Amino acid sequence: MKYDKLAINTPEGLMFGNALYPVITRRGLVIGGGSVIPELNFTLPTISINTQTLPVIGEHYRSIISDAIEHARHMHAPGVIFEFETLLEMTQTPAIGIELVKIMNEVCEDNYQKHGFKSEIRLTPNDLREFDRPPLCRSSSYLEAMWELFDKGSLAGGDLLSIESTGGKEIHDDALMMCDIKASVFALSVLGVRDMKMLWSNIVAIAKKNNKIAAGDTACGFGNTAMVLAEKGYIPKIFAAIVRIITVVRTLVAIEEGAVGPDKDCGYEGPFLKAITGTPISMEGKTSACAHFSPLGNIAACCADLWSNESVQNIKLLSGMAPTVYLEQLEYDARLMNQALKSGKATALMLQQLFADSDKSLDPQAIILAPENVIAISEEIVKGENYIDASVRAALKGLDIIENAYRSGQLLLPEMEIVWIDILRQALTEIPTDESRFVEEMLPLLEGKFIPKEYGL
Amino acid sequence: MQKLAECVELGKINKTSPFPPQMKGQNGADELTKEALETGLSADQVLAALVEGMGIIGDKFSAGKVYVPNMLMAAKAMSAAMMHLKPYFSSGEVKRKGIFVIGTVFGDLHDIGKNLVAMTVEGAGWEVIDLGADVKSDKFIETIEKHPDCVVGLSALLTTTMGNMETVVKEIKAKYPDKAIIVGGAPLTQEFSDKIGASGYSSNPQGAVKLINTLVE
Repeated sequence: MKYDKLAINTPEGLMFGNALYPVITRRGLVIGGGSVIPELNFTLPTISINTQTLPVIGEHYRSIISDAIEHARHMHAPGVIFEFETLLEMTQTPAIGIELVKIMNEVCEDNYQKHGFKSEIRLTPNDLREFDRPPLCRSSSYLEAMWELFDKGSLAGGDLLSIESTGGKEIHDDALMMCDIKASVFALSVLGVRDMKMLWSNIVAIAKKNNKIAAGDTACGFGNTAMVLAEKGYIPKIFAAIVRIITVVRTLVAIEEGAVGPDKDCGYEGPFLKAITGTPISMEGKTSACAHFSPLGNIAACCADLWSNESVQNIKLLSGMAPTVYLEQLEYDARLMNQALKSGKATALMLQQLFADSDKSLDPQAIILAPENVIAISEEIVKGENYIDASVRAALKGLDIIENAYRSGQLLLPEMEIVWIDILRQALTEIPTDESRFVEEMLPLLEGKFIPKEYGL
Repeated sequence: MQKLAECVELGKINKTSPFPPQMKGQNGADELTKEALETGLSADQVLAALVEGMGIIGDKFSAGKVYVPNMLMAAKAMSAAMMHLKPYFSSGEVKRKGIFVIGTVFGDLHDIGKNLVAMTVEGAGWEVIDLGADVKSDKFIETIEKHPDCVVGLSALLTTTMGNMETVVKEIKAKYPDKAIIVGGAPLTQEFSDKIGASGYSSNPQGAVKLINTLVE
């Protein structure tokens, strides 16, 4: 592990809008440079995607960007990041994805040249390797299309490169269903970490070659799947909270390989990454309710440098098209946070505290995101001798925080959750932190579910 | 039979399984099923006890009183018991409620919800053929050809794959106009189900069981 001490070790240091190592984009947006910037995320309404429908689809994306910028300028927003999360067909046929990036970039560039309005596109191709089960993480033929979209898509104007990578997910989905924390640690801290190293060394190389920004990843398919299952009452919230902590170690690898931030909006592990590395982060909270519910609506803003809405379809609402509607909501939130920053340290701290305090007593997934707890858990991560050790240490710390908060009356927990504190603690302490031993233990249990050599094992 | 139903409900697979802790060292669904059949109880009676146990845990799950792992352990206990009933199914002495073919439609890889439905339907006495995720129409049709009386279940979790669901329904109905097809998934609604010509929609696994039971009555 590259990081053995925290870059930021105070809650104030994790303040929204401020990162130790801000990222400056091509058109001059400074992410984490003292203000919060909205990040608008959008998707298509139900429509077939192919070369025949490309003109209609292109018009959707063109109008999304154009309308959003027009409204952003009307609101005197200093700038916007647009996240283009591709749909499967756009990555499978990279020419479609590249053309759409080009269309959107033309609008961004036009507004920059004419009005000085700063906007940038984050390009997030799909991880197509999931289509093979078990996935061929290193040898998949799907990688060719993915690399092509990263490469040519970045040149077409997708300046910030991201992905929701899925290495280890073939084990993790079952681990979630069984609430098997040992399998979760294995999926994330052995398989996930190895896959991230391979993936991000390549993405960083592409970014460097094309003078673009290797932004970051997210453990969405792991941590957010857990969160959504917990929201539905399918798995304990405590379990989802501990999974979230473990995802930090895996997503951190992108930065170890050279990603500079901002990580992806749906990565609620972002605050921990910021504490460890000082890189800027994107977060989504209440404004992501258009895509999924969460117990983190306010607290997610505590450390955000980009403030996002996850994803909204391009459909007409009463006031206007949904992406433009969400742009307004994001800009108002950003404006409030930026006003707090302008008003001075005490005011900004007060707002950060309000974000945290309004959520943290209601869900274990929220309490671990309180800035002081982010620091405490991150401290355990950087003490880790290896990724597994870091995960186990951090997870145990998370359990301590949750248990102490519950027992002191500061955290609401349903009765049926309580027993999981000891179940998880017991399971975590039984995990061997030596990778070879851990792999040896897990291989017979997971035979046929993953391909060891595809992870370099 | 009450004890057998309890083993299924609590996920007690066999004597050596450590779960649930309060039943450690006791016979599980595996042993009790074998014993019941050896002492002359009919396979139908045994199956009824298993389905009862799954029904209880299914109702608890729907009421938010247990988590998915409890359901999965119950399903594992039921599977262990069902191994002893296999010969009775093969001979036709015991009949399942029907065959349920389920899959997530092409272009969509989400399968957690689909897996839950599959497990719950199997626990309710159906034979389940799970085609997995990213399943094209021809795979569904090929399976229907082998099991013409089956009920089909389609899952999709993305708004962009709802269109694919419509395609699958259309292509199945082109060959099998009267085929019963139920649909489910987070972005779906009853309205969408009606629009695409599906037989019904459910937002949860227990609802799917009730729906398909109605369709075969």
